[in-house]
Amino acid sequence: MVRYLIPLFVVLILGVFLYRGLHLDPREVPSPFINKPAPDFSLQRLHDMKSTFSNKDMLGKVWLLNVWASWCVACREEHPLLISMARKNMVPIYGLNYKDAPRDAQGWLDQHGDPYVENAVDYKGDVGINYGVYGVPETFLIDKQGVIRHKVIGPLTSSELKNCVMPIVNELNKTEQANVAVITELRKQCSST
Amino acid sequence: MIPEIGHFALILALCVAIIQGVVSIAGAQLNVRSWIAIARPAAQAQFVFVLLAFLCLMYAFIKNDFSVQYVATQSNSLLPLVYRISAIWGGHEGSMLLWVLILSVWSLAVAKFSRNLPNDMVARVLGVMGLVSAGFYLFILFTSNPFDRLLPPAVDGRDLNPLLQDPGLIIHPPMLYTGYVGFSVAFAFAIAALLSGRLDAAWARWSRPWTTVAWMFLTIGIALGSAWSYYELGWGGWWFWDPVENASFMPWLMGTALVHSLAVTEKRASFKNWTVLLAIFTFSLSLLGTFLVRSGVLTSVHAFATDPKRGVFILMLLAFTVCTSLILFAWRAPKVGLGGKFQLFSRESLLLVNNVTLVVASLSVLLGTLYPLLLDAMGLGKISVGPPYFDAVFLPVMVPAVFLMVVGPMARWKQASIPDMAQRLKWAGGISVVMAIITPFVMGEWKPLTSFGFAMSFWVLAGVITFVYERLSKDKKPGSAWRKVLALPRSIQGMCVAHLGVSIFIMGVTMVTSYEIEKDMRMEVGDTVTMADYTFRFDGVSTVKGPNYTAQRGQVLVTKGNSVVTTLFPEKRVYTVQTMPMTEAAIDTGLTRDLYVSLGEPVSQGAWSVRIYYKPFVAWIWGGCFIMALGGLLATTDRRYRLFVRKPQEQEKSAGETETAGKLATEEK
Amino acid sequence: MFIDVKIKQTITVLLLLLGLLPHLASAKEAVPLASDTKLEKRVDDITSELRCLVCQNQTIADSHAELAIDLKNQVRGMVAKGQTQDQIVDYMVKRYGDFVRYRPAMKPTTYLLWGGPFILLVLGMVVLILNLKKRKIIIQDSPLSEQETAQLDTLLHADSGAVSGGEGKPS
Repeated sequence: MVRYLIPLFVVLILGVFLYRGLHLDPREVPSPFINKPAPDFSLQRLHDMKSTFSNKDMLGKVWLLNVWASWCVACREEHPLLISMARKNMVPIYGLNYKDAPRDAQGWLDQHGDPYVENAVDYKGDVGINYGVYGVPETFLIDKQGVIRHKVIGPLTSSELKNCVMPIVNELNKTEQANVAVITELRKQCSST
Repeated sequence: MIPEIGHFALILALCVAIIQGVVSIAGAQLNVRSWIAIARPAAQAQFVFVLLAFLCLMYAFIKNDFSVQYVATQSNSLLPLVYRISAIWGGHEGSMLLWVLILSVWSLAVAKFSRNLPNDMVARVLGVMGLVSAGFYLFILFTSNPFDRLLPPAVDGRDLNPLLQDPGLIIHPPMLYTGYVGFSVAFAFAIAALLSGRLDAAWARWSRPWTTVAWMFLTIGIALGSAWSYYELGWGGWWFWDPVENASFMPWLMGTALVHSLAVTEKRASFKNWTVLLAIFTFSLSLLGTFLVRSGVLTSVHAFATDPKRGVFILMLLAFTVCTSLILFAWRAPKVGLGGKFQLFSRESLLLVNNVTLVVASLSVLLGTLYPLLLDAMGLGKISVGPPYFDAVFLPVMVPAVFLMVVGPMARWKQASIPDMAQRLKWAGGISVVMAIITPFVMGEWKPLTSFGFAMSFWVLAGVITFVYERLSKDKKPGSAWRKVLALPRSIQGMCVAHLGVSIFIMGVTMVTSYEIEKDMRMEVGDTVTMADYTFRFDGVSTVKGPNYTAQRGQVLVTKGNSVVTTLFPEKRVYTVQTMPMTEAAIDTGLTRDLYVSLGEPVSQGAWSVRIYYKPFVAWIWGGCFIMALGGLLATTDRRYRLFVRKPQEQEKSAGETETAGKLATEEK
Repeated sequence: MFIDVKIKQTITVLLLLLGLLPHLASAKEAVPLASDTKLEKRVDDITSELRCLVCQNQTIADSHAELAIDLKNQVRGMVAKGQTQDQIVDYMVKRYGDFVRYRPAMKPTTYLLWGGPFILLVLGMVVLILNLKKRKIIIQDSPLSEQETAQLDTLLHADSGAVSGGEGKPS
């Protein structure tokens, strides 16, 4: 008698998985860089094309690397939030200007405001590829040791900022070395994996 | 006004479907004649209401009524009439309406062509179909209403996706859905058998033609989809193992197993539980396909606009349908008899091996399609499963089925002998090995996988020939060979033709995969490219205006030796409303090859990038599928199933014959 | 006479030039879009197993998305430098994760995926054979009852075409 119920059990288990699947996003690509060192780069600064900016300049600080471009429509959604973050000095925001002409980038910032401490010009997009960027905007949260602790895919929202990003930033600022267990726990509040 | 009528008609259809479902089944279970009698008229009424709803939506499309939201998102006033009509099923809501319309047509067909069936059986079958319909009406009315109004109305519509503005849209979904939905009949028969407690060879005989016809439509639908993507998408592929393609292929594989299993159950009254389970699973896969395509759970080019609320609803519908059927199955199955006896090596057992192979193939496709979802749901990371996986896994699993396609029909029922089979199949085996070796040399290049493909194709062909030859030699009456062939029972003819179709299909796939030539060229006006004795001359690009698009049209002259073969006009279109660039490849189809030209981008100095393909025997892929479907049609028209022309007394006798032949519990008459 | 020679020479040169004209007017063979077709084939083979992250339903080989073109150029550069397919795929996976592979990697989480179909096939065959063997033991041939023998007699003497297929005859 029991063996005739086997198909039913299999179907029920499958059903549970499919139900869980309804709450996942099949298009989202999780970053393999979480808890790995940020790839090194050295690019021209947008405001001073003769000098360079490198991620190594940021060791000892907790910071955000925001990948954006003037042609990116979705970037406009998060821009006001970035401006307000910069005004409140919540966390230093550095920009990676991805596959963009410096003139267009500068013009865009003049028009919409500039929340960035500095902008690195990734004209060819090579650094973006090194960071696994596949769509703009994307934001990387990097700790004092230069390790990527979180990635936001798509425009940053205020709820994501409040529930996910800032708690991790505050935790990272407390210590020299990141407490991975705590960070992993905090990341559970995040919508991106 | 008209959309509201359509909406109201749907509500009426829902009510009728509920009555059809509940009253008919209750009547059959409790043996109340007046309730049983409601089944057929209810199916007819339901059809009328759904048709009315569909026609109302069609009216809205034809008249460009952009106050209906669905019309506004799918259509446009510049859209040619024929596409304004097929746009009905271009999006989610409308295609669901097509779904239920086709379901009601199948119910109507069952109501009309079942005079020889006992009334309580018909009541149960129609009752189950009514319940399924009711589930879908609820889904449409609550989550996917095509008659929702858009106020204020849009000035003009968003236009149908340019990729869909093609004859393929007119015919592929209706054919595909007819197949998909048709398996609900087999399902309904299975549930009816479980409900009545009468699971016997008679049930298998009744189910079989319905299942074969549904299978036939699904075969055609899938072949059309493949052919459509081949000429539409511009790079000449014909199967991508995309989740939505897999969603149609899985029920096809399981449906094929079902069609073969019904043969065993009908002839030997054996493996009834297994056949019933297959019928339940085949339709469940149809429903699963509907879920996968519309819930957003998987990414696909074909997926409709998604909404989690819809996903949850379909999942509930799917879960309810499948679980109740399986509970019913678990309840009835232990009491079902085992049927006739047969040996370990016999036609029955070979058919069952076919079943195992097809079911495993179907489950493998399911595994590959859902695996990324499974891992993600368990937090184990995100992977992709694509064509490399499916190709690697599917082919080996199918090889036993293809091999046995020849052995099975030659084996005797109940008991067959291996040495005897080996002796009779010597010639077929020899032919396949010889052709496997020489054909690649004829074509120019030898590769092991190619050789294997040829071996399989010729094996099946030689097997069919051997089978027919043996049959013909048994026919001692005078007459020509052709007369003898025509005298074979239709179901035998059908089997031979269907298997022949498989051989042709395998030949097409092997040829195209092994010997296709692709060249990506930079062409200035007057430049030529030669490929397989054909010369392609690029004669420049001109601008052309279509009804709702502007196109860059290239002109390519194709010659072979000194004679002109054809002129091809590949296009790059930009549609006015959606401003999406689209490539329209130009194809010269032939029996032994396709010449395929696709216009790329303009490159420096008036030159263009042009992609040219030589595809040998590619038409055999779809030709093979259509021949398979033809085989199914032949099998359905076998004398046994044309029972609706028999008189009532003969019907009782035939029912009696089947019982005695199968040695089963007697029906009450 | 000198003039004759000159005229002859001029005419010869003119004739030669005329002879060349058809060649000047005839079209040439088109050149492949890629400068190195063998290299391009390798690039194609590798990129057809990689998923485009943007469109997600196409391979990097087929996709026209900007990122896909960038990645294709990356791959071309790497192939030209002599890197193997494994190295190139690893490069992509390091940046985009396993998601970018259309051919799933063989790792503990995918053993079930790769092994599943073959395990199912073997399992199915084993279950089938065991089932068939068990069946043989359970089913006994039972003789027809008197009533059934009578029915059979009636059938066999009924009009032609009334006997249905399937009492054990191959058909």
